[in-house]
Amino acid sequence: MADKTLSIKATRFDPQHDEKPRLQSYEVPFYDESMVVLDALNYIKSHVDGSLSYRWSCRMGICGSCGMMVNGVPKLTCSAFLRDYWPRPVVVEPLNNFPIIRDLVIDMDDFMHKLKAIKPWIIRKQDIPLGAGEHRQTNEQIDDFRQFSQCINCMLCYAACPVYGLNGEFLGPAATALGRRYNLDSRDEGLKIRLPVIAEAEGIWECSFVGECSVVCPKGVDPAKAIQQTKLDTTLRFVLPYGSRE
Amino acid sequence: MDFESYDVLVVGGGLAGIRAAIAAVEANPRARVGMVSKVYPMRSHTVSAEGGAAAVMASNDSYETHAFDTIKGSDYLADQDVVEAFVREAPVEVIQMEHWGCPWSRNPDGTIAVRPFGGMTTWRTCFAADKTGFHMLHAVFQTSLKYEQIIRHDEAFVTKLLIEDSRCVGVVALDIRTGRFDAITAKSVILATGGLGRVYAFTTNGNICTGDGMALAYRAGVGLKDMEMVQFHPTGLPFTGILITEAVRGEGGYLFNNQGERFLKRYVPNKMELGPRDIISRAMITEFEAGRGFEGPHGKYMHLDVRHLGEDVIDRKLPFMRELGREFMGIDIVHDPIPVRPVQHYMMGGVDSDISGATPVLGLYAAGECANVGLNGGNRLGSNSLSECLVFGAAAGRAAAYYASSAKPVTANPVDAMLWDEARRVETEYLEKKTGTERIAVIREEMQKEMDTGAGVFRDRDGLSRLARNLGGLRDRFERIKIDDSSRTFNTEVLAALELDFMLEVSTAIAFSALAREESRGAHARRDFPERDDAKFLKHTLAFRTNALAPRLEYRDVKITNFQPQARSY
Repeated sequence: MADKTLSIKATRFDPQHDEKPRLQSYEVPFYDESMVVLDALNYIKSHVDGSLSYRWSCRMGICGSCGMMVNGVPKLTCSAFLRDYWPRPVVVEPLNNFPIIRDLVIDMDDFMHKLKAIKPWIIRKQDIPLGAGEHRQTNEQIDDFRQFSQCINCMLCYAACPVYGLNGEFLGPAATALGRRYNLDSRDEGLKIRLPVIAEAEGIWECSFVGECSVVCPKGVDPAKAIQQTKLDTTLRFVLPYGSRE
Repeated sequence: MDFESYDVLVVGGGLAGIRAAIAAVEANPRARVGMVSKVYPMRSHTVSAEGGAAAVMASNDSYETHAFDTIKGSDYLADQDVVEAFVREAPVEVIQMEHWGCPWSRNPDGTIAVRPFGGMTTWRTCFAADKTGFHMLHAVFQTSLKYEQIIRHDEAFVTKLLIEDSRCVGVVALDIRTGRFDAITAKSVILATGGLGRVYAFTTNGNICTGDGMALAYRAGVGLKDMEMVQFHPTGLPFTGILITEAVRGEGGYLFNNQGERFLKRYVPNKMELGPRDIISRAMITEFEAGRGFEGPHGKYMHLDVRHLGEDVIDRKLPFMRELGREFMGIDIVHDPIPVRPVQHYMMGGVDSDISGATPVLGLYAAGECANVGLNGGNRLGSNSLSECLVFGAAAGRAAAYYASSAKPVTANPVDAMLWDEARRVETEYLEKKTGTERIAVIREEMQKEMDTGAGVFRDRDGLSRLARNLGGLRDRFERIKIDDSSRTFNTEVLAALELDFMLEVSTAIAFSALAREESRGAHARRDFPERDDAKFLKHTLAFRTNALAPRLEYRDVKITNFQPQARSY
């Protein structure tokens, strides 16, 4: 056990020096069955090559920082166990479909803009004052949107999405799911304001039922369902009299 | 080099920072508010908080009992006027979060539900299943996107506070993506940078919790208050240190030693699993030392058992715990006990600041874990910290906006010179350093081991003196660090070096503050001084940076209003 090693091939790219990304190999000791891909990257950075760059923080699958391609599949590296790969080498690359800033670090500005575009906050015709207390909402009403509220913005779904890969204008899985999260919230009255952004934006009609986004989601969110439901919302808006769907 | 100017600049994008930014805008809609964070705000460590946020919500609860529980929990080191203000504001803030979309778990009638928590005499912890911090952070961050006045500088690391004529006028920040240094000036600055758990090896805290704001303030001459008061949470997973929420015990989970005993009957017989964190962590270590812990590949541990709660309760109230057990331990908590042991979790100490977040430096405020407003004293009660981020984040935001509305504008000339000096310092000491031999990670790992050994659950004079001395040795070696990465683009090695510099600063403040407090109070348990000594130490420690290794220590009386100190038993 003590002598077990595993080889990691990691993407290296520094725009100051490199024309294109390349893979670099490292041998990493695999000394504990609990080790994850992120531990291997941290070993490299600490003891072999301090210049390897990647994002990480919570190492418990909730901050959403450490998403990367692991052997071609989008994964949170804090929850990708080496024991599931050993003795095969592990190839770690930046998430697909995003520009690379450096090594394993992607540029996710596009998502940050899309997140804001869907107006991910409670919209009401009239705010109730704080003194009136909380909106009444049952746990069953929360169940209506619960799964969509679990999104950690890790970008794995965008890396898996064939439509986003071809058309960067596509709002994409996570932002659509988050829009849906608010549209389904009993406290919210913003559906009509959000629909033009969510449903009439480019790409949604190209989305097929492939559902790769839902397969790779580490939090059990089903963005594919959000997208299909949004299409239905839009269709109903044409069928039903104006204003009868709030 | 750029020059941005704000009315209010918030450093940190977690719950306290974002709450402060929104409060500043709502206090003065014409204010320009900047927010600089070394990570995208939704990555902030608030995201890992699990159990809940305390507030008086139930009809059988009262402000007075929440205040008393908090003060007794603090081992009487909390400032009582601050606690009394806090308990009144907390329910208002919980409602505000509800209006902003936080999916609080509900009672059958649709009102916000509460659960029991450690050290609280009644049910008052509001929760969103067991991902409360995650939901609060995403709700408040997403809500902040609707305020056009809030301008974010994501992934920028503050290396220095700009101080001119004893007034804080902004920060120097390193833009991580480009390697560029910017002076971001502001009439007022709010530090909301979170905790410092990464000075320890075994911690629940994420990689980003490196005490940045505390070190920034310390270097600007502000005292760090009660730095000896470090919280160890009783239930972390062995190896990773991942937090298992106190809500597991709140919902009825038991702690067992290797004899199958609920051993807490010997320590907190009236509270059992709902005792305060400091006492339960000490009880676990005491049991380990008596040979009553389980032995595993990653050290001694106890069993935290929820099997009797049943799958339905677990899936409704503790779904994330089941997920964490499956993912990281390969167990199903419905059928298996959870191995746990005490783990560094929270810093009661922090930047000396008052009830509105104001520090002694004009224009500088602090809120959340990086601040010590006097709420938590010697031991924070679980679920008071999320509420603290809301209450004191909002207070600091309002106070900073109010101050900024009448403060003089910041002048460019001295700022330019300060920016130039700071950029040169970081470039010479880090980016262009070619001659060093010491690896950052080696120094960091040694610091973390020293802190675990010398400033853990139990301390004594010998261990703390050795710790202080060894931290001095590590500081000397830090001068000779070697940096592999010379790139300007997303250079996380220079970032790690800057963070280590800050961590050495705050860990030294911890060691010396702990050495000088010759009593046991709250989380500070001295084997050589096992009793609380109110005659000498009913006081806050204030550590001021000097040019030597040791800080200068001063003491300030604790504010007592309605609750006279008494023996603390549960």
